[in-house]
Amino acid sequence: MSNFFPRWSNLLPLKLLVCLTVIGCGVVGGIWYYFTPKYTRVGYQPDQPVPFSHAIHVQQLGMDCRYCHSFVEIAGHSNIPNTQTCINCHGQGKIKSDSPRLAPVQESWKTGLPIPWVRIHKLPDYAYFNHAVHVNRGVSCYSCHGAINEMSVVYEAKPLSMAWCLECHRAPENFLRPFSEVFNMNWHPKTFEQQQEMGLKFKQEWNVNPPVTCGGCHR
Amino acid sequence: MSNGTATLESTLLSPAEKQVQRPPLVLNKRTMAWISSYVSTIVESDTPRWWWISIAITSPIALLTPLLLCYLVSTGVGVWGNNSPVAWAWDITNFVFWIGIGHAGTLISAILFLTRQKWRTSINRAAEAMTLFAVVCAGLYPLFHVGRVWKAYFLAPVPNANAIWQNFRSPLLWDVFAVSTYFTVSILFWYTGLIPDLATIRDRCTTKVKKFIYGILALGWRGANRQWRHYEMAYLLLAGLSTPLVLSVHSVVSFDFATSVIPGWHATIFPPYFVAGAIFGGFAMVLTIMLPARALYPQLHDMITPSHIDKMCKVILLTGSIVGYAYLMELFMAWYGANPYERDAFWYRAFGPYWWAYASMMFCNVISPQVFWFKWCRTNVVAVFVVSMFVNAGMWFERFVIIATTLARDFLPSSWGMFHPTWVDIFTFIGTFGIFTTLFLLFVRFLPMICMFEVKAVLPEADPHYGEEH
Repeated sequence: MSNFFPRWSNLLPLKLLVCLTVIGCGVVGGIWYYFTPKYTRVGYQPDQPVPFSHAIHVQQLGMDCRYCHSFVEIAGHSNIPNTQTCINCHGQGKIKSDSPRLAPVQESWKTGLPIPWVRIHKLPDYAYFNHAVHVNRGVSCYSCHGAINEMSVVYEAKPLSMAWCLECHRAPENFLRPFSEVFNMNWHPKTFEQQQEMGLKFKQEWNVNPPVTCGGCHR
Repeated sequence: MSNGTATLESTLLSPAEKQVQRPPLVLNKRTMAWISSYVSTIVESDTPRWWWISIAITSPIALLTPLLLCYLVSTGVGVWGNNSPVAWAWDITNFVFWIGIGHAGTLISAILFLTRQKWRTSINRAAEAMTLFAVVCAGLYPLFHVGRVWKAYFLAPVPNANAIWQNFRSPLLWDVFAVSTYFTVSILFWYTGLIPDLATIRDRCTTKVKKFIYGILALGWRGANRQWRHYEMAYLLLAGLSTPLVLSVHSVVSFDFATSVIPGWHATIFPPYFVAGAIFGGFAMVLTIMLPARALYPQLHDMITPSHIDKMCKVILLTGSIVGYAYLMELFMAWYGANPYERDAFWYRAFGPYWWAYASMMFCNVISPQVFWFKWCRTNVVAVFVVSMFVNAGMWFERFVIIATTLARDFLPSSWGMFHPTWVDIFTFIGTFGIFTTLFLLFVRFLPMICMFEVKAVLPEADPHYGEEH
């Protein structure tokens, strides 16, 4: 019997094995990193019709979240303010009413058509989320939207993935804060131990029992 | 065995020793060279006409399953007859049916190997192949039963962005591991056993393409002493790994039912009864495909002898009787347990609207194999084939009875219902037989159907003392 396969083919299976292992690990790692919400969503910062700056309004001027997002405490959906709310301050003859950057607001006020804001934080239809339930039980805006008070233009700060939701639903004590500080974006617990101690107390006192079953959010 | 030795033995052996003489495993004094050349010729010769005809029939049937599964996924689960209260219906019935059939191969190759049953050598290759093909058919069903088949990877403990983790207390998850382990080990075991024979075929090949393909498949086997030593050890270890699987896989399948609290399912007898049933159904399927193969290649009669068929029939008789005992014991426990719900479940099975399934199961599984008490039935291939067909049908009815009739009676009378299969159910199931037979036909055509080197090792010539007068 002659040798059908040449000598170099002796090491071929080993080489193939090594290559396939490297490729396999690369594919898994790549999908893990690039195809998770952390990569695909965090940092999403679309151009808005008006470059509304939370940094100016909240951080410099000290406005409360609820001045504009007025239904957040009483409704499942946290509303985007209507043009009327902007006009309260930016109406004709008031603050910066002639600024070209505010032209779409004035236009909207004249025509009655809403400003076409681009939505950033969007949950899939099969996930139920209620803003009121969260903010009324000590979950701050900061926990889900990040340091929005420092954003000149809003971007998505957190992945909003299911794993991320469950991080808090499985251990709410790591995030709960006093009712008085829910809308205070600058309040932070001094240490993690303090947060936990406080969180456990609130969890018990307010009977915070977030659902971790499928039906809790996928109703 | 030469004539000389035969006379020598007949003079030297006492009558008691002569009595335990076993029938030869290879008939007609076939030589080692004949075995290699005959088994290889099946692969090497031109494709016979019957093979083309058979595959022309089976492959369109095999296509039914993938087409109808596409229809299922694109349209929705409503095309199957599953509905409340019978949420597990033909899909799970067929899954358990096929996975049960897959048990004979590993039993023959692993347990009979460890217990040094030499008669396994001529049937183990085909039986193992049959096991793999049956597990392929079985695996389709739970995969599509999950509904969104593209999410089936949720069954594997892979870290994901949903932070979902498997429920390790669920027997359904154990099932995933049991079946996938079984398939992996079976395929390794089968392939390891094939390597020396693939090398034989490679060495006999005449064309370059064949030499290349079989050369790759043979993984560089040269038949060196060191390779044989490694091979024997690997085969022994794989046999050791497979042996507990023969018992565990169907036990775990039975846990799907037994760990629930449904009357008719919640029974401790389930694991041994399922394992016996699996071996029973598996051996019947081995016979169902080996007998036609043996008829198509008449010289296989020398290797798959009447004695082999006789032994397989005895296994069927034994396991069939265990299954029959389990059926009766279930009835006894229902009566003796005095639980009205349990009693009602069995009364419903035997005398409810599904009585025909229960009666068919009883007849096919318990009564029909009893003919194997008679040697005439064990040696008549037509009788054996008919009984094995009965057993195949009976084992399907058993799973249908267990699954559909139990679920049809829910706890609340308002939730009682009947299961009616749709045409999609029926043709998907028929399609799996197409897949099974097509794969088997391909196996017969392209791989050595008989384990040549092992059969050669059970020839009398392989005995180191052969022909010596001591």
